[in-house]
Amino acid sequence: MRFGLTATGTIGLDGGFPAWGERRSSVSSEPVSAKEQSEQRRMAWMAAAQAGDRRAYERLLADSVALIRSVARRQGVAVDLLDDVVQETLLTVHRVRHTYDPTRSYDAWLAAIASRRAIDALRSHGRRDRREASDSEALESYPDSGDASTETERTQQAKYLREAIAELPPGQREAVEQLGLKEQSLAEAAEHTGRNTGALKVNLHRALKALRNRLYREP
Amino acid sequence: MSELSRHDSLINTLGAELVPVRRLLPPWRRTLGWLLAVFAIAVVLLMLNGVVGMQRRWAGTPDLAWAGVGAIITMISAAWAAFALGVPGRSAAWAWLPLPGLLLWLGASGMGCLRKLIAPATHAASMHEAGDCLFFIIGFSLPLSALLILLLRRAYPVRPVLTAVLIGLASAAASASLLEICHSFDSTATDLLMHAIAVSLVIGVNAAMGGRLLQRQ
Repeated sequence: MRFGLTATGTIGLDGGFPAWGERRSSVSSEPVSAKEQSEQRRMAWMAAAQAGDRRAYERLLADSVALIRSVARRQGVAVDLLDDVVQETLLTVHRVRHTYDPTRSYDAWLAAIASRRAIDALRSHGRRDRREASDSEALESYPDSGDASTETERTQQAKYLREAIAELPPGQREAVEQLGLKEQSLAEAAEHTGRNTGALKVNLHRALKALRNRLYREP
Repeated sequence: MSELSRHDSLINTLGAELVPVRRLLPPWRRTLGWLLAVFAIAVVLLMLNGVVGMQRRWAGTPDLAWAGVGAIITMISAAWAAFALGVPGRSAAWAWLPLPGLLLWLGASGMGCLRKLIAPATHAASMHEAGDCLFFIIGFSLPLSALLILLLRRAYPVRPVLTAVLIGLASAAASASLLEICHSFDSTATDLLMHAIAVSLVIGVNAAMGGRLLQRQ
C-alpha cells in the first residue's frame, strides 16, 4: 500500500484510526506521473543514503524540507515555528533512517515523522505558553521587587540550569559552555575543542532541546 | 543566520555524519523472533505439566479450546501490529488486526461460563485459584512486554501509546495462552473476571509506561 503526503490523519490513542488507504497526497497540483517520479527519486536517494551515499542524502534532505513544511502547516503549526519543526524532523530522519523500507513510500514515511514532530512542537509550545505570562501580565502580576524570595528563586533557577547542563553528554555540554556561556564564536569554539563547526552546531541544537525538555517538563 | 542557510548547514552536518545503516527487519520477522521466546516458555511449561490434561480439557469443553485459539491469534496479531506500527508511515488501521482473535478469545471465554458442564478432570476454580491466574498472567506478561519494548527500541513508533497498548494485549494474550497449558481447573465467572482484570492491568500499565519508554525524542 502506498500513501501520499497527507498521512497525518486523526489518530486514536495517539490521535485516531484512519481507514485503510485513506491517505492521499494533496501537497501540490503537479501531474500524478511527475509527482510519482519525484517520489521514486526520493526513494532511490534514501536507499542510497542508507548505504552511506552522502550526496544522495544531502539532496534528499534538501528536497524533503518543502514536504516537511507542508505537513507541519497542515497540522496547524504557526509560521514562526515551521523551521523548528523542519530542523527537528531532519534530525529525527537522520536518527531513524534505518527504519525506512525502500520498497515503500518515502513521502508517507517522512510525513509520519514530520507529523509527529509537529504535534510535539505544538504540545511543547502550548505548555510553554501556559507557563509563561505575557509581558504586561508579568509586570502586573509578578513585579520585580528585588525581594529575598525573587533572589532565592533566581538562585534556584540558576542551580537547576547548572545541574541540567552538568548532566548533558560531554559533546553537548562542551557546545553549551563554549558557545552559550563563554559566548565564543563558532570558529573560536572549534579551535578550542578540536571539533568541526558543524558538529558543534548539532551538539548545541541537541543540548538546547534537552535543556528545554528538562526545564519545561511537566511536573 | 537565515532559515535557508540554517537548514543547509544542518543538512551539511548530517551529511558529514552519515554512515551506512543496517535496515530494520520487516515486522513479521521481528514478530517471529518474539514468538520464538513465547514458544520456548510454552515448551518448558509443557515439559513440566504434560500435554494430556490440556488435551482432555479441550476435548471435553471445546469452548476452552476456542478461547485458547483466540488468545493465540490475538497474541500473534497484536505483536505483528505493534511491530508494524513501529515503522513510520504504516497505517494506524494495523491496530484493528487483533480484533477478530480478541472477539474469539472473549466470546469463547464468556461461553465457558454459561455452560453447566465442568471440563473433564477439573473442578470449578476457587477464589484462591482464580487469584493464581491473575498472578500468572501478570507475572508472565511483564517480561514478555519488556522483551517486546526492547525489540521495538530500534524502531520509531509515531503512535507510542497505541503501540504500547498492542504490546500489552500481545503479552497478556501470550500469558493467557501459556496459562492454558497448566490451567487445571474449569473457568468460572470469578476466574474469567480475574483473567479480565489481569489483561486490563497489563494493557493499562503498558499504555502508561510503555508509551513513555517508546516515545523517543
